[in-house]
Amino acid sequence: MKKDFLKGLRHSLPIAIGYFAVSFSFGILTAKYLKYGFSAVSSGTMSLTNVTSAGQFAAVTAIVGGAGLFEMAILQFIINLRYALMGFSLNQKLPENMTLFQRSVIAFGNTDEIFAVAISGKYPLSFSYLLGLEWLPIFGWTFGTVTGFLAGEILPKTITTALGIALYGMLISIVMPVAREEKSVRITVLVSVVLSCLLFYIPLFKVINSGFAVVICTVISSALGAYFFPVKEEENEV
Amino acid sequence: MRYNIYVYILVMAAVTYLIRALPLTVFNKKIKNQYILSFLHYVPYTCLGAMILPAIFYSTSSVISAFCGFLVAVILGYFKKGLVTVAVFASVAVFVAETVLKFAF
Repeated sequence: MKKDFLKGLRHSLPIAIGYFAVSFSFGILTAKYLKYGFSAVSSGTMSLTNVTSAGQFAAVTAIVGGAGLFEMAILQFIINLRYALMGFSLNQKLPENMTLFQRSVIAFGNTDEIFAVAISGKYPLSFSYLLGLEWLPIFGWTFGTVTGFLAGEILPKTITTALGIALYGMLISIVMPVAREEKSVRITVLVSVVLSCLLFYIPLFKVINSGFAVVICTVISSALGAYFFPVKEEENEV
Repeated sequence: MRYNIYVYILVMAAVTYLIRALPLTVFNKKIKNQYILSFLHYVPYTCLGAMILPAIFYSTSSVISAFCGFLVAVILGYFKKGLVTVAVFASVAVFVAETVLKFAF
């Protein structure tokens, strides 16, 4: 039990450090929007309760844009739908005797990177191992957010401006390798980006707030992708 | 109408948790429908794509510096550099570009 936990902890160390760095820039980003209710505590709470880079990032845009609650729910649903896919995949590897309570706990920290590590190893996915794997990155994500929020006020403006792009850099690092390998992903992403630019630059579409624009682009391009380039089941490794 | 930030956070957390928890607890069955599987396969990338562009160009104090950061990130990402490496070098590129711009004009 204890050995599994420590093994998970060790595997999670690089993720936790990476999360700290990225959420640091998320903290800086939210510090720009004090009048929308962002504070060290609320930003930290958002990170602790959500643990999603893309979802939180989009949420800032949505909150600043004055999104409705239903709109926010749909936005999070669409952006985080991939976690359901990962969940289905992870589920195949969990021991049969894992209790409902243990499954409910593990589900909380199933992020892209934790999922990747969990699924790649040949270790038995025990409850202790997964617990050890999850808690430190969640802590790093939250702590980085709070630190970034507070440090954002102290650091010189040139530094915080430069860090503003860090989160986008991280998102690009997730998309590019897959876009390079899979032509179908390359094309669907391109369609999505073109749509996104059209919605942004054509004055007629200015009424659509940026959060919902992301949902529209995602759904249309993914639907086209699924129609023109259906993925065979065995290729669908997430 | 604008809501208290904690209301937004509650909605976000609830939706996100349900998405993560349901496949592990309630829907224990594998998805078979190929169209839905394919759709889900593309979602993360198309979503990220729409989030990155064109917003990234307005994430710094000038479109020019942001474009430099974007270019560096795309190149490093293409060569499969890690999450942190790409994020750090994109920031460095923006920092250098803004410093140059400041002295050039």
